[in-house]
Amino acid sequence: MLLHFQYQTLCKKIIYICMCVCVCVLDEARRRSKNRRAKAQRKTKQVSDDEDEEEDEDEAPRKRGRRKRTKPQDSDQDDEEDKRRVRQKGAKAPRRKAANEERDEESEEDQGKRKKGGRAPSKQEKEDQNKEKKGNVKGKDETNKGSEKDKKKKNGKQTSSSEDESEDESDEESMSEGEIAALKEQVEEKKKLIATLRNKPWRMKRRLVLLKEAQEFVEKFEGALGKGRGKKLYAFKVMMTKKLIKFNRDFENFKTACIPWERKIKEVESHFGSSVASYFIFLRWMYGLNLILFGFMFGLVVLPEVLMGLPYGSIPRKTVPRSEQDTAMDFSVLFDFGGYCKYSILFYGYYNNERNIGVLKFRLPLSYLLTGVGIFGYSLMVVIRTMARNANEGGDGGDEGEFTFSWKMFTSWDYLIGNPETADNKYASITTSFKESIVDEKENQKDENIHLQRFLRILANIMILCCLGGSGYLIYFVVKRSQDFAKMDPASLTWFQKNEVEFVMSLLGLVCPPLFETIAELEDYHPRIALKWQLGRIFALFLGNLYTFLFALFDEVNDKLETEQELKNATEWAIHEYNANYSSYYNTTDVPPLVVNPADAVRGPCWETAVGIEFVKLIVSDMQVTFLTILIGDFARAIIVRFLNYCWCWDLEAGFPSYAEFDISGNVLGLIFNQGMIWMGAFYAPGLVGLNVLRLLTSMYFQCWAVMACNVPHERVFKASRSNNFYMGLLLLVLFLSLLPVVYTIMTLPPSFDCGPFSGQDRMYDVVMETITQDLPAFIGTIFTYATNPGLIMPAVLLMVLAIYYLNTVSKGYQQANLDLKKKMKMARDEEKNRRNNKDSTNQVMKDLEDLLPNKSLIPPPTEEDKSTKMKPGSAGKGVNLQKEVSLAATNPRGPVAHPPRARGGPPGHLRGPLPGPGRGRGRGAPPRT
Amino acid sequence: MILHRCVIDCTFFTRKEILRLHGRYHELAPHLVPMDYTNEPDCKIPLALIVNMPELKENPFRNRIVESFSEDGMGNLSFNEFVDMFSVLSEMAPRELKAIYAFKIYDFNVDNYLCKEDLEKTLNKLTKEELTPEEVELVCEKTIEEADLDGDHKLSFADFENMISRAPDFLSTFHIRI
Repeated sequence: MLLHFQYQTLCKKIIYICMCVCVCVLDEARRRSKNRRAKAQRKTKQVSDDEDEEEDEDEAPRKRGRRKRTKPQDSDQDDEEDKRRVRQKGAKAPRRKAANEERDEESEEDQGKRKKGGRAPSKQEKEDQNKEKKGNVKGKDETNKGSEKDKKKKNGKQTSSSEDESEDESDEESMSEGEIAALKEQVEEKKKLIATLRNKPWRMKRRLVLLKEAQEFVEKFEGALGKGRGKKLYAFKVMMTKKLIKFNRDFENFKTACIPWERKIKEVESHFGSSVASYFIFLRWMYGLNLILFGFMFGLVVLPEVLMGLPYGSIPRKTVPRSEQDTAMDFSVLFDFGGYCKYSILFYGYYNNERNIGVLKFRLPLSYLLTGVGIFGYSLMVVIRTMARNANEGGDGGDEGEFTFSWKMFTSWDYLIGNPETADNKYASITTSFKESIVDEKENQKDENIHLQRFLRILANIMILCCLGGSGYLIYFVVKRSQDFAKMDPASLTWFQKNEVEFVMSLLGLVCPPLFETIAELEDYHPRIALKWQLGRIFALFLGNLYTFLFALFDEVNDKLETEQELKNATEWAIHEYNANYSSYYNTTDVPPLVVNPADAVRGPCWETAVGIEFVKLIVSDMQVTFLTILIGDFARAIIVRFLNYCWCWDLEAGFPSYAEFDISGNVLGLIFNQGMIWMGAFYAPGLVGLNVLRLLTSMYFQCWAVMACNVPHERVFKASRSNNFYMGLLLLVLFLSLLPVVYTIMTLPPSFDCGPFSGQDRMYDVVMETITQDLPAFIGTIFTYATNPGLIMPAVLLMVLAIYYLNTVSKGYQQANLDLKKKMKMARDEEKNRRNNKDSTNQVMKDLEDLLPNKSLIPPPTEEDKSTKMKPGSAGKGVNLQKEVSLAATNPRGPVAHPPRARGGPPGHLRGPLPGPGRGRGRGAPPRT
Repeated sequence: MILHRCVIDCTFFTRKEILRLHGRYHELAPHLVPMDYTNEPDCKIPLALIVNMPELKENPFRNRIVESFSEDGMGNLSFNEFVDMFSVLSEMAPRELKAIYAFKIYDFNVDNYLCKEDLEKTLNKLTKEELTPEEVELVCEKTIEEADLDGDHKLSFADFENMISRAPDFLSTFHIRI
């Protein structure tokens, strides 16, 4: 026994020294190549290295004898070590290696676990080597087995490791510098192990044991080698990381908490799918935009006028006329925005044309014009920027299609959820999102008679074009007729004749969208695409509506302009008469100005205010209609269906009336057109933006409530397209269309002579010219003249067109490149799949062969292990899985248990130890090998 | 307490957090767990008590989580395993480690492969069985088709890791704050 022990010790020492040398050589090479350390140090190292080698060559004679016997295997092992080390260095340069068996074992495991898919060849190599090693181990004589066992002991059991350590200690005395270096690395390695231990997927017990060992080792040898000064720094780093993570988390939470209505929208989304939620997100975005517009309007126009302008009743434009004063506070009048409303800051007419007001000398007319135009500029910028951002987001979905279902399956549950209500919402939303994906998937799989489908689509489009043409003609016809009616005596007209245009328009708006929807059934598009078509068609319809309204308005404005001109002439003539009379009567040229009570002054029709009132009325009536539709169409219907269902002859809930679905297209378009009205009307009614902010706010709460309370999800829940650029596109179009009339009026129509900030000017933009000529230094005026010179503008426009052309070409090029890359990626993936599949199929033969092996029946029965062996017999690419699985596998509680439960987190050596029982782990093929 | 120091090195928790965790652990079964842990008593808390923690209560995979972290596979957790569980599910744990345990959690029949039954169970738990059998079938097939690289009609860990390493939400959803 004693002899045996000595024998073991000697063997161990020999191997140990060999490896030390090996490492030193390699280490040296690396150091030389990397030139990391100081030269002097290197020199000493070299020397010591040489010494080492010598020492190795003619070692003490007592070791010699043993050495000879073990020589072949040893050199073999050395080679292996070498190879591995080189390889490891190739894979992970900074990884340090030392010639310690124990650490080696660990690192092997480490690598097995850490390796990822991309390193197949090295894995293969590794596997080969592992096999080789196994073979070696098997073939080795007693000596090596003994040493192998020793290794295990050192790894695992505390008792034996302490034994070994005492031996190491005895070694230490005679340790050369190379050995110290090796030891240093070993200690480093241990430290690293301690640092990374928490990242290892091992059982706690095993970790604790390993940790203790490593700590003891480090403590033991660090005294000899230096201090563990890295520890504090590391702890500090860890603490800072934690703090940083916590801070980031809190900040994220704060940011999320700052997004208004996020939870409401999420709730809607979880029940109705992302498409309905996209409407509410759009609504929220719109609310934000309007809030900013309101800020501009209120801060730069309304507030200065209120604070610094003349008070109510001081001048005619700020006073209700005498004739209207009796009814000015009546609700019916106020509701129509007459009376006090008409002569308030809500409308254009109230603002004074004084060039600068108050102590600040605020130039209100200029500010008014610039704000009016600036609102358009800002909106345009925001819409385009959002579109660009959306386009970017939509563009990078390279991996998008690859793992839709897998990601949904494995990452959609949020483990943070601890609230039953949230959990219910999450269940609903996950189900909805799966349904969305299923609809998409089924759409993809569908392949039908393409000719029939094309025919039907063309037919549907023709029918819809007919509808649109018909409605356009109808509107045109009605407007024409209403112009005829307008010339007739109002008393002789019936109520229907007076309101014909509005009536026909509402009727068209009511009938056409459902009609379009019915026709769209023919086309059989994916609901997402169908929604876009539907939106486009209703958009066309509404556009006709809007422009008819605008033309009617322009007629009115022209009429008013004529009356105003007459009135202006009459007034001027009256003043002239007054002056003449006064001077002739009193025989003096010093005529005092005419003093009239502002309420009695003669005033023009002020077409701007009239236009503003029209828009405000339109918005208000639109709001009423929307809310009433929701109340009657959704809420009342839901109540009837719900409660009449108890006493009705058929099932109301499942049958005809049923609950309403949320009408995305109608609501989105309503919102877009509403915004168009705001843009058009804001110039003539500064209060309109504030009104709209209120409207959107109530709309948000009301609609959220309505959709949750009385609507049911669509039959085919579908996903919103990732970027709702379609909505934005429509919005941009509407913005442009509403920009046109406003700019037209600013540039061409003369402002009213007695109301508004531009009264007395020839054109509204004269304010700007006036400012440039009077207030700014002369050279700016000159520059402006040059800049507005057609000779300069033409080249500028040309340049812009060229730039657009160029950028367009470039973006197309990028798109193409993107597509190509995507294609390539897909091809590579397919290829990989095919390759693996093929391998598997060739392995089928191997599998059959293996089945035919004679001793197959002798292998003990653990079926699952066999199965896993069969699935991928010898496929080298999977080699690492062996180790992964070994450490991964839980003891199967349902599997056959042939031994009492043992510590799974035992020392690493155990895993590949010579005694894996049948029910142990899932190390495939482990039983036959041992 | 020497034990805590070791545990700190083995997990992503600070001393304070581990003490708090111990408080929670003790709370779960005051009659089973002693407050004093100096001599490392060997006690375990059964699954039924652990899944009732508010952090786990709403989780559809709560039983699987606890089972995956228990050494006996039946869901009885010692304090070390308890800490280990929350350490892996903490924010500090790296993606690779989380992926390994996620794989174990979703592997219902503990055969180291995610086969169709596992996926079906996962899906039914996720949706509270609100999908029709055909839909479940379709989803499971698509999932396997997407993620299965070696064509054996079940997902090995390599497949799973490959898929999960690219998932954008995995890290943000696979953690429990305690």
